[in-house]
Amino acid sequence: MGSRASTLLREEEIEEIKKETGFSHSQITRLYSRFTSLDKGENGTLSREDFQRIPELAINPLGDRIINAFFPEGLDREDQVNFRGFMRTLAHFRPIEDNEKNKDPTASEPLNSRTNKLLFAFRLYDLDRDDKISRDELLQVLRMMVGVNISDEQLGSIADRTIQEADQNGDNSISFNEFIKVLEKVDVEQKMSIRFLH
Amino acid sequence: VPSLSPFPFPFSPSMVATWMDGEKASGLGSNSSKGGLSLDVPMALRVFSVDYYHVQAPFEIVLWIMLASLAKLGFHWSGRLPAVVPESCLLIMVGLLVGGVIYGVRHSAPPTLSADAFFLFLLPPIVLDAGYFLPGKLFFENLGTILWYAVLGTLWNVLGIGVCLYGVCLLASGSLGDVSLLHCLLFSSLIAAVDPVAVLSVFQEIHVNEQLHILVFGESLLNDAVTVVLYKLFESFLRLPVVTGVDVLLGGCRVLGVGLGGLGVGLFFGLVAALTSRFTSRAQVIAPLFVFLYSYLSYLTSEMLHLSGIMAIVTCAVTMKQYVEANLSERSNTSIQYFLKMWSSVSETLIFIFLGVSTIQDVHMWSWAFVCSTLLLCLLWRATGVILLTAVVNKVRRNVVTFRDQFIIAYGGLRGAICFSLVFLIDDFPKKRLFITTTIVVILFTVFVQGMTIKPLVELLEVKRRKRNLPTVSEEIHSRLLDHLLAGIEDVVGYWGQHYWKDKFEQFNQRYLCRFLIREERQARSSIVRVYQELERRDERADEEHITHVDVRCQTRPHLLEEMDSIRRILTRNLHSFNNKQIPAYSRHTLHGTPAAEGRKPLRRHQSLGGKHSPWSQVTPTVHSITHSSIQPYS
Repeated sequence: MGSRASTLLREEEIEEIKKETGFSHSQITRLYSRFTSLDKGENGTLSREDFQRIPELAINPLGDRIINAFFPEGLDREDQVNFRGFMRTLAHFRPIEDNEKNKDPTASEPLNSRTNKLLFAFRLYDLDRDDKISRDELLQVLRMMVGVNISDEQLGSIADRTIQEADQNGDNSISFNEFIKVLEKVDVEQKMSIRFLH
Repeated sequence: VPSLSPFPFPFSPSMVATWMDGEKASGLGSNSSKGGLSLDVPMALRVFSVDYYHVQAPFEIVLWIMLASLAKLGFHWSGRLPAVVPESCLLIMVGLLVGGVIYGVRHSAPPTLSADAFFLFLLPPIVLDAGYFLPGKLFFENLGTILWYAVLGTLWNVLGIGVCLYGVCLLASGSLGDVSLLHCLLFSSLIAAVDPVAVLSVFQEIHVNEQLHILVFGESLLNDAVTVVLYKLFESFLRLPVVTGVDVLLGGCRVLGVGLGGLGVGLFFGLVAALTSRFTSRAQVIAPLFVFLYSYLSYLTSEMLHLSGIMAIVTCAVTMKQYVEANLSERSNTSIQYFLKMWSSVSETLIFIFLGVSTIQDVHMWSWAFVCSTLLLCLLWRATGVILLTAVVNKVRRNVVTFRDQFIIAYGGLRGAICFSLVFLIDDFPKKRLFITTTIVVILFTVFVQGMTIKPLVELLEVKRRKRNLPTVSEEIHSRLLDHLLAGIEDVVGYWGQHYWKDKFEQFNQRYLCRFLIREERQARSSIVRVYQELERRDERADEEHITHVDVRCQTRPHLLEEMDSIRRILTRNLHSFNNKQIPAYSRHTLHGTPAAEGRKPLRRHQSLGGKHSPWSQVTPTVHSITHSSIQPYS
């Protein structure tokens, strides 16, 4: 399947994706074959149903949100994501390599930098994209992760505690900078990296 | 009336043979209506008589097994004991007791274990049990590491202990002079067979993390295979008059060939078993029998061809498991699991009873130098082996093997049934008694001392490492979010980032093997059933747990310490574990995670599986509704 897939993907495209995301040539072709195997309609794009067909994703508590993260702004149900978009999202999960840290400081930050990884995670909470995690948004995600055994009051107190720990400007919500600060001790680089095969 | 004989130990094929002959003889005798041994005419009709010899062999076998099982019952009822003492200890103590009784009654050496009885009857159930319950996906993901530890680690141990022991023998050449290098190597090959699984049962309370579990499990399984192969190799070397370099080379090739051959035989039988199970829908009651027959057949066939029987039976079990589980009904699957546990339990029990019995004899040969140096070397070489191997393997693994894990692997290397059986099978030579005594001492030491102290030591280690602060609530929640996120992305990408070949194999599996080996209407089952079982398991856990009551009144006051604790407790218990990362450890003596069979609880299904509009709607499940749902499994 590998060689057939790479002929459908033009060399220039591969080069562009390589520059944008930092994946290697073989990684891109391998991910392309995965992309085409998910694409049941064979129209070169993935819809939400294509993602929902992955069984393990169906039982992931955050499955819906993760699928959402692949689609650009807007919750339009007819959204489709093409291969470029797919790779762009996956690029966040590339491990940070040492030699990239000393790159040209004026160039834009690579997609898999720590800040961008955290931004990706932040967006899982922040559905309305107002750059703040409100108490309601936090409660929604907590409820998804925790299941049905915890009462609303208990969950509410957990949410309050979470906001209280992070909130520094007193607006009862978590901004992106506060989010970064709270997670400074967590090894985000390791937790959000997949070793893609070469 | 024949008098009741004192307890001779029954378990040897010859005893069974005499029993069969006895029955035949009494059948042919003239006045045998009451089954008496004497052939003279009875004076009167006997209303009541006791004929012990008639049933002696099976009666005594059953009595031993009954005794051991009752001891196990008592053990598990005795409060805190199972959490502190590994079950192997109990079995050995029962064996010692039995040995004492026999010795006290007969004042002579009891019969010994014969090679056939061990290799043909006692070993296969134990290995089959381990192979069948091997978590396949996890095993193959960690296969490299497991092979690394099992093969290289065993070789390191064997060569190291063997050579050092030979050195000790040379030094103490007064008493140990006639022990050659080959003998030492033979001895070290059997003493290196560790059974770290035995120690996992002590960790039941703290769920063992899955990585440690699979490493230990896989290692114990594979190193049994390696040990037996090396043992047979050295034994055949001993029988040669002279060992040359060519012989060593041939020996190496033979090890490889034996292993791969066993693998091939196992694969063949596994596939045939899977195919057979496809047609068992009309005769469901005998379906479990096929599993056992085919596995045992694969073992016997490879033993016949002088290949590695352990590899064969393990491969057979691993191969046929997923197809058989899809083809057979729930009840058949449960029967298979229970029978496997039962047989392996009985097998291990019998071996340990033998161990106890053999300990209490007067013909022991003792040598302080040999025994102490063996003990020391075993510990030393295992520790250094594990540390060195881990240092290398941590460079390529994503999840590093922590120090706590290393300690458990190294210190948890208890010796068990296999060492003991193999030492009895050595060809007779002057120092054989010494080897037997040493082996028994090593087993007793490791099982009792190491087995009982490992948990306190590990807790001591953890206490020292827990100096850093507990994570804040935010950190816990956000970390858990990240974990779920990563798991989800890995599912999207379609592999866990490590194995191209596994990916390829999955495709091959879905496209060809499943079509061929799984029954028509069950074919969609395999991936959906996993989802269904996972959902059911989650609901069960949710139903079982009790909510701690947190007193929440005003939401803006600062949270007290007890509330923090209770919040933390709620979180640890209720945050969905992703991809089942914390599982109860494999145990030869119990089954974990069997879903409640009676009364299906209403199942909440995600909308993508064809439920209603809200994400978690209540639906009463049957397997059919899942099979016929609109979702097409990824293929």
